[in-house]
Amino acid sequence: MSRGFNAISRREKVLRYALLVFVLLITVGPFLWQLSTSLKGPGEDIYTATPRFLPEQPTLGNYAEVARAIPVWDYIGNSLVVAFLTITGNAIGATLAGFALARLRFRGGKLVLGLILGTLVLPGEVTIVSQYVTVRELGLADTLVGVALPGAIGMLNILLMRAAFQAIPRELDEAAYIDGANAWQRFLHIGLPSVRGMLSVVVIFAFIGAWDDFLWPLIVLTDPENYTLTVGLQYLNSSFTSNPRVVAAGTMIAFIPIVVVFATLQRFFFRGVEEGAIKG
Amino acid sequence: MRAHRWFTPWLLVLPALVWLAVFNLWPSLNTVVLSFTNAKPLGGGTFVGTANFERLLTDDQLADALLNSIVYMLVCLPLLTVVPLLLAVLVEKRLPGITFFRTSFYSPVIASAVVVALIWNWLLEDRGAVNGLAQQLGLVSGPVPFLTDRWLLIFSAIGLTVWKGLGYYMVIYLSALGNVSRELHEAAAVDGAGPVRRFLSVTVPGVRNTMLLVSVLITVSALRVFSELYVLTNGTGGPGGRDMSVVMLIQMYSRGFTGHLGYASALSILLFVVTLGPMLLLLRLNRKGADA
Repeated sequence: MSRGFNAISRREKVLRYALLVFVLLITVGPFLWQLSTSLKGPGEDIYTATPRFLPEQPTLGNYAEVARAIPVWDYIGNSLVVAFLTITGNAIGATLAGFALARLRFRGGKLVLGLILGTLVLPGEVTIVSQYVTVRELGLADTLVGVALPGAIGMLNILLMRAAFQAIPRELDEAAYIDGANAWQRFLHIGLPSVRGMLSVVVIFAFIGAWDDFLWPLIVLTDPENYTLTVGLQYLNSSFTSNPRVVAAGTMIAFIPIVVVFATLQRFFFRGVEEGAIKG
Repeated sequence: MRAHRWFTPWLLVLPALVWLAVFNLWPSLNTVVLSFTNAKPLGGGTFVGTANFERLLTDDQLADALLNSIVYMLVCLPLLTVVPLLLAVLVEKRLPGITFFRTSFYSPVIASAVVVALIWNWLLEDRGAVNGLAQQLGLVSGPVPFLTDRWLLIFSAIGLTVWKGLGYYMVIYLSALGNVSRELHEAAAVDGAGPVRRFLSVTVPGVRNTMLLVSVLITVSALRVFSELYVLTNGTGGPGGRDMSVVMLIQMYSRGFTGHLGYASALSILLFVVTLGPMLLLLRLNRKGADA
């Protein structure tokens, strides 16, 4: 029926691919240029007026140099600790609350939901100062737990999980109830299996958010030993500006893991997009 | 249906409630309290009345920061509202390899702002690739001071924000394009409307609400900019500290012996006030979107 509309002419196909490649160069080109710089040898002139894309003396020496300049393995470990705490907190806390708010009717539930919605008008930056005071009062200033704690249950994630639980047909619940299943059993056997898609979106973004965050760890952490990778990178950049090769290697160390994670899990993400889960 | 004991739901929402109270509600209240004190990052603080708010009015750095935010908004708004929509139309059709292109276009979004800023720092510096190419092509005779001129630095940071945001808004548009009626497109094509005409009279009206949503998101994020300016200026705020944003000022006053949490809180309240309008609009739009 709509085949004639769907089939596109050869000319349009060529034009579309040309545009796709053009945008690809703009979006991915800078990453590749940084990768190329990170692989260039010390004897190579990286400042030539005609930028040379392929390294003439390819080397991994710059990556080793990063480890000499900053304790990069510790920083990776610190970022992973923060990411792990954030993912665990959100996967458990937001899922449980999302289920209760979506599937169990209880006094005060509406109020809780309203308060959670209300927090969304507050950009995180607005409360960052008093957030720091809270973390300091808890004795967690300059610790990784202090970095991870405030975001360990994100209010937006609760709402996302609630939306996912709401999409489950009521009849399933009622049937299980008649069969004598209690709330916990309905959560485990009906709820959880149906929200795996949204749960992976929440987990992916908890990881990306924790791994990429800069402002909050910059405020909480003071001892260079405790830095997360992003703060450590800025530290590397401010103290070793003389060698762009090493800074480039450092940025690649921070970027490559996130690309791997996203590339592995992107089908969940784009499926979520097509189902309309991601609205921004 | 009431198939559970009264406390079951409360047990399930308990962790979330604790976080809601300790890390969302309390900090909001405490920001107001702190803004009337002279609290320091290391502790202490006494009531100082409205001194911090009076200081807002005479802070030249803040005036610069607000001006920067306005420029940021004015440039980002048209670019990030329109270009990502064009990209979404480009990647909508399921050509072979389209997943690769979609994922690649999204890659600047998943990179940390620090990584992105360091990459552009290297591209834009005096002896970097952009200046090298521009001179090679004879476009300029000497290096363009992208990172050392008061206004060029702001525009460089804007370029970076736009580059990093393209994929994000593209994905939002992509999910909206699915709802644009196919029949309308076909009818327009039968009537002899070309691609441009169809884009303007079918696609754009079809995603009008999403365009509004996107432009509010852009406005809010332009007011919240931090990492780009921080990394491009190495935390100094550029020449004379004039290339700062409000969030950068908040960060500056939140640290070290010279910090002033009371004043940082007053700045936070100012930030809240300027973002409140767009934020409320956003919430309304989102709820409307959820009902649809």
